Amino acid sequence: MLIIAMGATVALQKAFVPKFGLDLAGGTTVTLSPVLANGKTPSQESLDRAVTIIRQRVNGTGISDAQVAKSNDNIVIQIPGAGRDEALKLVSTTAELRMRQVLAVAAAKAPPVQPSTAAPAPSGSAAASPAASPGVASTAKASAAPSGNATPAGRALSKALTAPTPEPSETKRARTSGGRAAKASPSASASAAPSSSAAPEDAGDPLAGQDTSGIDQALLTEFRTIDCSAKNRGQGALDDPNKQIVACSDDGSARYILDKAAVQGTEISGAQAGTDPTTGEWIVQVNFKSKGATQFADITRRITSLPAPRNQLANVLDGVVIVAPTIEEAIPGGSARISGSFTQVTATDLADQLKYGALPLKFKQSSVVSVSSTLGQDQLRGGLISGAIGLIIVMLYLLLYYRGLGLIGMASLCVAAIVTFLTVDVLSHNAGFRLSLPHIIGLVVSIGITADSFIVYFERIRDEIKEGRRTLRSAVEVAWRRARRTILVADAVMFIAAVVLYFLAVGDVAGFAFAMGLTTLMDVVVVFLFTKPLMSLVARMRFFAKGHKLSGLDAERMGRTGRAEQTLQEA
Amino acid sequence: MPGVISRLYRGDIDIDFVGKRRTWYGLSAFLMTVSILGLLLHGLNLGVEFRGGSVFDFARTPGSSIEQVRQTVAEAGHNQVIVQQAGPNWRVTTESLKAEEVTKIQQAVAQKYGVPESQVSSQVIGATWGGEVSQKAWIGLAVFMIAIMLYLSVAFEWRMALAAIVALVHDLVITAGVYAWSDFEVTPATMLGFLTILGYSLYDAVVVFDMIKEVTGKLGTGAKMTYTQAANNALSHTLIRSLNTSLVAILPVAAILFIGTTLLGAGTLKDLSLALFVGMVVGTYSSLCVATPILVTLKEREPKWQALAKRVHAKEVSTAKAARTVKEPVSAGSQGTTPADDKRKKR
Repeated sequence: MLIIAMGATVALQKAFVPKFGLDLAGGTTVTLSPVLANGKTPSQESLDRAVTIIRQRVNGTGISDAQVAKSNDNIVIQIPGAGRDEALKLVSTTAELRMRQVLAVAAAKAPPVQPSTAAPAPSGSAAASPAASPGVASTAKASAAPSGNATPAGRALSKALTAPTPEPSETKRARTSGGRAAKASPSASASAAPSSSAAPEDAGDPLAGQDTSGIDQALLTEFRTIDCSAKNRGQGALDDPNKQIVACSDDGSARYILDKAAVQGTEISGAQAGTDPTTGEWIVQVNFKSKGATQFADITRRITSLPAPRNQLANVLDGVVIVAPTIEEAIPGGSARISGSFTQVTATDLADQLKYGALPLKFKQSSVVSVSSTLGQDQLRGGLISGAIGLIIVMLYLLLYYRGLGLIGMASLCVAAIVTFLTVDVLSHNAGFRLSLPHIIGLVVSIGITADSFIVYFERIRDEIKEGRRTLRSAVEVAWRRARRTILVADAVMFIAAVVLYFLAVGDVAGFAFAMGLTTLMDVVVVFLFTKPLMSLVARMRFFAKGHKLSGLDAERMGRTGRAEQTLQEA
Repeated sequence: MPGVISRLYRGDIDIDFVGKRRTWYGLSAFLMTVSILGLLLHGLNLGVEFRGGSVFDFARTPGSSIEQVRQTVAEAGHNQVIVQQAGPNWRVTTESLKAEEVTKIQQAVAQKYGVPESQVSSQVIGATWGGEVSQKAWIGLAVFMIAIMLYLSVAFEWRMALAAIVALVHDLVITAGVYAWSDFEVTPATMLGFLTILGYSLYDAVVVFDMIKEVTGKLGTGAKMTYTQAANNALSHTLIRSLNTSLVAILPVAAILFIGTTLLGAGTLKDLSLALFVGMVVGTYSSLCVATPILVTLKEREPKWQALAKRVHAKEVSTAKAARTVKEPVSAGSQGTTPADDKRKKR
């Protein structure tokens, strides 16, 4: 069934070959040169930081293995696949941090298709009573559980494997979204977290009950339709400081309509993470340059008395809202404090983002060239040939050792290979997975894991028979119960390895871990849905049940007679 | 010798793995010392991806192939060479080179492909596997170890978790040692090989432990086997499985390694398959000869098993006195009751 379904997908998409990674298929090399006023050279520190940020951006999906390196004063990026414009745009955009007043906010859940028929709320009536609107009740201190992830929790696992999940650092941020629901004032009364947490699910229109005065009609429509749970929710987009915009929160849990930029990130002189001397909790301290300090004082003074959500000031970076604290009082003096349930890591992370904006330097693309694979064709050919030779040897060995059972083993291997190939193929066309040589070797190695499952099972069956089970059928069933646990426990180890590596590593390693987790799952599927049923079926055949010489279950092979005599003598 | 093979074939073999544990510990300690010395004195030969390197760019002339260019540069005295076509040019990445070495390559290329020497541009390129990536890899490794410790502690018990992790570290250190002494290049592909070993080494140990747990779980106070003997028994029982599995996993890797080294010379294939090959061989050894003996050493300290051991030894001595020599301590427990009955107990 599974095979048919996936086979159909492959056929429908006319995608018979998976997409290959940089080492096998080549890709695009982009050279970014820093643009600096008056011909200065950039500091190595800022270049390193830019490399890190770009690496995070290009490997956002974690399974496509792009390479980023410093080259003299330039940054060289190699992305698998030729001419991938969206990726190129993403890496070279020099986004800046901007502070914008929040005009409207809603949970990220895409509305049940609500096109223009839903007339915008009459602007005059200013249904500004925030308590009445389910979405923005300031009593919604339920921020403790912001809808954090737009996917149903139950799907979390499968999502982690099939859909490109945000890159590690992003996940980290998502987790702290509760913490980011912070306030920017020194006063400590922890009130209104961003109202985003409570979703107005009953009201179909996310804007129901919100004051839409002063917002462009076009934006309202965009706000209703924007899908913040999508992979691309606008990261890397350059937002126009002189226009109102619609943006998603960094973790995809909320969407906002934001006013024109009140303060530009260039007006931030510094930001650092530290602990509050009285409470000991982690905070982020932000300092402004003189113009920024005035602007910041102005905006905080203006919005602090407004009803929620208009008293929130969003920080927009790379086209997404990274934090939108409620302003509780005017903040003069050019320095602000953001508190919330930060950890040292998340506070430092935020401080870095505020401090550096996005890229610490401005870049221009000095060259875009498509490159061939890093491996010669010889390597790929060699890998495939030797892999095939290895497989044939394995099959011969299995036949020689397990005879008839070996056939079942070979069939299991074939099924596993087909299922794995189809999965890789489907994923590479739908989830951005790119197969590289290490992945292929990883898959070849996984032959061992797949083979182990049925070897464990076969050995158990032989044990059962040696112990004197009457019929093969009962031996097959009893052995399965014992082998099943072993297989699951052992596969769990591999799977934990894959999951940990996937979430904590970047680039190559993440892709590899992904392939490893995939084959482990495939192994479980194949042994449960194929090997075991086939074995049960085969146990009814005379050839096997009677222990034919070639079945791999004959008396001599099992050592049954030998054993019996021996025991008799000893006894 | 044919006798051994046919016994192995029938799965009818008893090897006293645990009893020889001092030998194994000694061997492992020796190998680990040599490996650590290698890492400290000799160090790893890190590839371009870790240390950065030099990049050459020159026009592609008709009739030159990737293999030829790679060979030309390699003949100028370097082995970490990556050749790519970049637009109308060749792009050659090598390890970090000194100025005179750069000139040497430029000359070699200019001579061979008729490009003016000044047209062979060279640049220094930074590591693609920078500090950040490596740091994350280490964090990943640490979290992985902790996660596995927790999982094995819950699924089995902490002693087994500890034994498995010790065996794992043992495998990694020895594999790294082989790299240090052999001077093979460490590339990202090698790192991926190491990561596979992590999973594989544990996988092997877990299957063996599962059997040990099953066998020893049935040992009551009246049992006729010590924990050591039972564990050894379990090991003998999974021996065929261990060997078959390892063989099936190692054969393709060996094929890749063979082709990778003999036909293709340096490259991703060799890097990856060497790490895998060494790691798997060491991993099979350690799951039999390191993980289980450590587990037994830990377990025999428990009062419950000590008491059992005492009883069994007392019985053995008395049986021996009764003039019936016990040939193999391992099979000692399997005698006395009816064959079918006691075999059930063993497994």
